[in-house]
Amino acid sequence: MEISGIIAYLVSLAIMAGIFAVFALGLNIQWGYTGLFNIGIAGFFCIGAYTSAMITTPMPTGLYAQYVHQIFGLNLPFIFGLLGAALVCGFIAYLIGYPTLQLREDYLAIATIGIAETFRLIFNNEHWLANGPRGLMGLPQPLQGLIEARHYNYIYLVVVLAIMVVIYLAIERVIRSPWGRVLRAIREDEVASAMTGKDIFRFKMQSLIFGSMIMGVGGALYAHYTKAISPDVFTPLYGTFIIWVMLMAGGSGNNKGAVLGAFVIWGIWIGTKFLTDLLPYTLKARAPYIRFLIIGILLEIILIYRPQGLMGEEKRISKMID
Amino acid sequence: MPELIVYGIVLGSIIALGAIGLTLVYGILRFANFAHGDLMTAGAYVALFLVTGLFPWLGIPDTTFGSLSFGWRMAFAFPIAMACVAAASILFDRILYRPLRMKRSGSVILAISALGASFIIRMIVLILWGGDYHFYRPGVLRPAIELPLEIKIRPDQILILATVLCLVALLYLFLQRTKMGKAMRATADNMELARVSGIDTERVIIWTWGIGGALAAAGGILYGIDVQLHPGMGWHFLLPLFAATILGGIGNMYGALVGALIMGVAQQVSTAYLLPTYKPAVAFIVMILILLVRPQGIFGGGRA
Repeated sequence: MEISGIIAYLVSLAIMAGIFAVFALGLNIQWGYTGLFNIGIAGFFCIGAYTSAMITTPMPTGLYAQYVHQIFGLNLPFIFGLLGAALVCGFIAYLIGYPTLQLREDYLAIATIGIAETFRLIFNNEHWLANGPRGLMGLPQPLQGLIEARHYNYIYLVVVLAIMVVIYLAIERVIRSPWGRVLRAIREDEVASAMTGKDIFRFKMQSLIFGSMIMGVGGALYAHYTKAISPDVFTPLYGTFIIWVMLMAGGSGNNKGAVLGAFVIWGIWIGTKFLTDLLPYTLKARAPYIRFLIIGILLEIILIYRPQGLMGEEKRISKMID
Repeated sequence: MPELIVYGIVLGSIIALGAIGLTLVYGILRFANFAHGDLMTAGAYVALFLVTGLFPWLGIPDTTFGSLSFGWRMAFAFPIAMACVAAASILFDRILYRPLRMKRSGSVILAISALGASFIIRMIVLILWGGDYHFYRPGVLRPAIELPLEIKIRPDQILILATVLCLVALLYLFLQRTKMGKAMRATADNMELARVSGIDTERVIIWTWGIGGALAAAGGILYGIDVQLHPGMGWHFLLPLFAATILGGIGNMYGALVGALIMGVAQQVSTAYLLPTYKPAVAFIVMILILLVRPQGIFGGGRA
């Protein structure tokens, strides 16, 4: 492989890692700072991707309409797709949070699994909604035409990293505010924070919605990168589990850790592909399972031997103390 | 409709085997074991290995019992697979959960570890058997018995119900009559108090995993006999399992049994109106409704 090929490969790797970093940042708000147990990230991934897809593509017409069904197609620019994805995911988060956030923490986890599975089933079976298992294709990409089509990934990498940095800075800002300190207080001791007069339910709800909106943006970024989405992408493995491993590896409660974890774990995930390529031909078909097995074992090792992750939580977050 | 209700009771009794184990683990170890569905998968596939791999090689004949779809091979495989999964559950506890328990990690960390374990089990199944559907006995016609009200039921399904009844009765006797059963109930009630009364809680935990794993394996095998085997079957059982557990009140074994039957009937009856693939979603919706109306479950408990 010549050098330009290697660079192109690294760029595509960095785009995916950047998209996963957005998810890890969203999860970090919920789990890292508030202690909310969301294991239905795949659901927000899916809803974000589909919402943005349907906002940015036109309604199919003519012969095409016989093969592709979608409930709406607004043909709006990319930025509206991102915003729409965030808003819809925030609304879904509200619907899940309402019955579960007042109960014990694992009920939220079960409810988020449920919503992720339910939406995957709906998108898979309801052909009128978003073309069923075949999914949607031909999603537009932002800033096309600035550069030769075969080099387009460079532009998209800039887009993804820019959005990732904006989200990173936004979270850093709010987590250092009084609001952010309340979240951490809730995570550490709910009863004590309730006794100081904080409305626990409201703060948890805001955290859940904020994190889920970021996940929605992540879903949209993914959809416009691959340009085609179908329900089979948003599985619990690929859509939820790997993101948890990323956050645990990087260090929950640390935004730099979330980003680092995303890049490291995505690197390991891709790296294991080179390893399984060495397997004999008969085992090739099952190589992805071996790779996921490695990721699963990695999570268990992190939980037992290095629960704080690579970076651990930053203890001092106020600029006033030094 | 009466037929769907009967099928629902069959499905519900299979769910019950998983849900009872889940609620025991939940009540005693205080964390959501997201790997419980995959313990069912593990049991089903261990039995598959015995029935289609090891036993033919040992020369155990492939005869069937009367009009049932299985014979001696399954009769031997059933308890062996239960024991294997019980041992595996205890092993998982020693390797994964016990170190976390010793460090006094939060229940959510344990649940994440269980989530990791569930993926590890599923990946091992996928590596060994691949992603296709499997049957214990492919291509066997299973004649149905006609009951009144136009209910057609297969002999297998009657045996499934009988097996579940036996296992639940055995568990009831164990929990009520034996010393270990009483220790388990005491530990579920209050672990600290149990420990200061001289109960070896680590032994109780080993028994809990053993029973939970064995029952899950039984559930998985029975589902395999009734329908088919698939690496994702345990994951699809996860929502009904938790729904049944919450419905019955966490830690309440009899509640879980009733919850599981309700969940089974709800899922089967829904197929009259919805695509069968929506079954997990039906369990989820029912669960959300319960959480909204009665988060402590139908039998009180109040530990929600």
